[in-house]
Amino acid sequence: MKGAEALLKAMEQEGVEVIFGHPGGAIMPTYDALYDSPIRHILVRHEQGGVHAATAYARASGKVGVVMATSGPGALNLVTGLADAYMDSTPVVAITGNVPRSLIGTDAFQEADVTGVTMPITKHNYLVQDVNDLPRVIKEAFYIARSGRPGPVLVDVPKDVQLAEFTGSFDVKLDLPGYKPTLRGHPRQIERALEALEKAERPVLMVGGGAQDAHAEILAFAEKTGIPVITTLMGLGAFPGTHPLWLGMPGMHGTVAANRAIYHADVILAVGLRFDDRVTGKVSRFAPHAHTIIHVDVDPAEIGKIVRTQVPIVGDARLVMRELLRGAKPLRLATWWRELEEWRTRHPLTYRPRPHLQSQEVIRAFYEATGGNAIVTTGVGQHQMFAAQFFRVSRPRSFLTSGGLGTMGVGLPFAIGAQVARPGELVIDFDGDGSFQMTLQELATVVKYKLPVKVVVLNNGFLGMVRQWQDLFHAKRYSEVYLADSNPDFARLAEAYGIRGVRVERKEDLKKGVDAVLETDGPVVAEFKVYQEEGVFPMIPSGASVEEMITEDPRQEVGA
Amino acid sequence: MRHVISVLVQDHPRVLNRITSLFARRGFNLESLAVGTTHVPGLSRISLVVSGDDRTLEQVEKQLNRLIEVLKVTDHSEPHVERELALVKVHVGGLEERLAIKDIQEAFRARVVDVAKESLILELTGDSNKINSFVEALRPFGLLEVMRTGAVAMSRGERVLKVREKREEAV
Repeated sequence: MKGAEALLKAMEQEGVEVIFGHPGGAIMPTYDALYDSPIRHILVRHEQGGVHAATAYARASGKVGVVMATSGPGALNLVTGLADAYMDSTPVVAITGNVPRSLIGTDAFQEADVTGVTMPITKHNYLVQDVNDLPRVIKEAFYIARSGRPGPVLVDVPKDVQLAEFTGSFDVKLDLPGYKPTLRGHPRQIERALEALEKAERPVLMVGGGAQDAHAEILAFAEKTGIPVITTLMGLGAFPGTHPLWLGMPGMHGTVAANRAIYHADVILAVGLRFDDRVTGKVSRFAPHAHTIIHVDVDPAEIGKIVRTQVPIVGDARLVMRELLRGAKPLRLATWWRELEEWRTRHPLTYRPRPHLQSQEVIRAFYEATGGNAIVTTGVGQHQMFAAQFFRVSRPRSFLTSGGLGTMGVGLPFAIGAQVARPGELVIDFDGDGSFQMTLQELATVVKYKLPVKVVVLNNGFLGMVRQWQDLFHAKRYSEVYLADSNPDFARLAEAYGIRGVRVERKEDLKKGVDAVLETDGPVVAEFKVYQEEGVFPMIPSGASVEEMITEDPRQEVGA
Repeated sequence: MRHVISVLVQDHPRVLNRITSLFARRGFNLESLAVGTTHVPGLSRISLVVSGDDRTLEQVEKQLNRLIEVLKVTDHSEPHVERELALVKVHVGGLEERLAIKDIQEAFRARVVDVAKESLILELTGDSNKINSFVEALRPFGLLEVMRTGAVAMSRGERVLKVREKREEAV
């Protein structure tokens, strides 16, 4: 057996069913072996599309996503996607070919120091030097990727190692003496957390992306205690977005109710989140009245990194929530809820109606037409925030977006990965004209595998989020953000790929457009020409605090 | 504040690279770094000198601990022995200077490891302060080369940096 076959066999043992990838010289032996392998391969048109698809596959399925690429340029095209998966703690294993061992370090054709390059953006990486190490390395790579705080792991395999005769064993044991994630929360800290919550008058539960698999426990805990729940962008879906205890999303484009709740809270229970600056705003003014912040995270390095924590609980969100649920009691929060209700009813998420078609109403129309039963992916920009605000996700692992890295272009490859992971489900990519154009060549992948993804391009003819910042902070000097003069006709572009194209330009055609998208059996690209100058509100400017929140209508009372 | 940190690592290729790149990308200030093998095959020990406030140091420790190949991290706040080796090549003008340097050498209990017509190489071990003073004492004679290894440290007494203790049930 050749190294390449051993590599695939080791992956089969890890339960790998599908690999996203793109072949090339240095990975050819493995692609040759793939020809006889039961593992399915999805050929993407650019390696970046592959790694994003693997990321979404992982997030939608709860399994490890796998991407494969050749050496040098192929591997380097994974960099953005690996960084994205790293920032959003997603289990991905990247297999890259490398030049033969004898050529490593000689600046050989298509050689790059990929382990060196990806060191800061992977949880761990390997350069396999001995063919017989392959089963152990693969076992370790998958274990590291999915356990503890999940993350991407890269395995670089020189071409001659793929070709070498494998004489080793597949019966390998994990030996990672330096890697032992703490999963069970410390009982004393859990007790302290419960004590603090019991005495709390204005508690909130903040839920992040790390808590997606703790959704059942979180729901039970919230319903038992009556605590208000806030979900971050990455946490959307970890708690039903239709639940009366839900206050919305916090942070820069979060709801007034969620942000004020955090501002006035005395006890904060934060689960599986890392206090990103888009959530905290100015850290010194974040939750200024909270005397107790309880932080549950599986990664000890996240605790105390940004905010001071009085009750640190290192552990798996699900296991810790289970313990918290066991000791939870109903809280008396009537006064607190009266305040929350007032903020919620006085400042709902809304937008100023205009004669033009608007992104928010497009998203709302899709939400209503689907009843929220869809996996949503997004690119990055205004449309991403509108989707987060107006598509109420109620199931875990169903809102896939780039939170930490803010990677434009993830929408379509995310939709591909999600559709492959959950073939029977409706997958909608809400994309922007800017974002979509960063990876739209993956429409070819959609065609090749007949993936029925629905791409909804909210075309405002601008890099809208940048333009919004230029509006607010750069005296409307619209520097290099105008796209409308050079955008393609997205519907015709789709047709060029053999995909149904839909175009909607007028408000009155909205419903017809939405129906056309949802009634199409296969893939669709639907272009909605939306109002160009829309802004995302509410907004807390970067580095500011809740008191400086800008709501849409400046005459409304703002601040705390 | 200055901290000396010992890190026990698996001596895999690139492990040093992982540690230094961690310091670079997280903006931690690394003053010195010394690496050597231990009595256990496959394990190396790294001594780092880092400065920063308590929060920074807490992050340094936690981020180091996240590395898969790091087995144990200790901040030597407890009584410990700290040593650094320096080689100093100093210019020697004449007999008078030679004698003066000999006085300094004896005062610091340094050793002469090379003698040439117009220079000496002196070897000194000690904590970093002692070496600083030694270098300063020799400066007037004309320093030709100074080479320091960076500090290494070990806890006094019973405390031992050993494997399989890395993640005590947290906090």
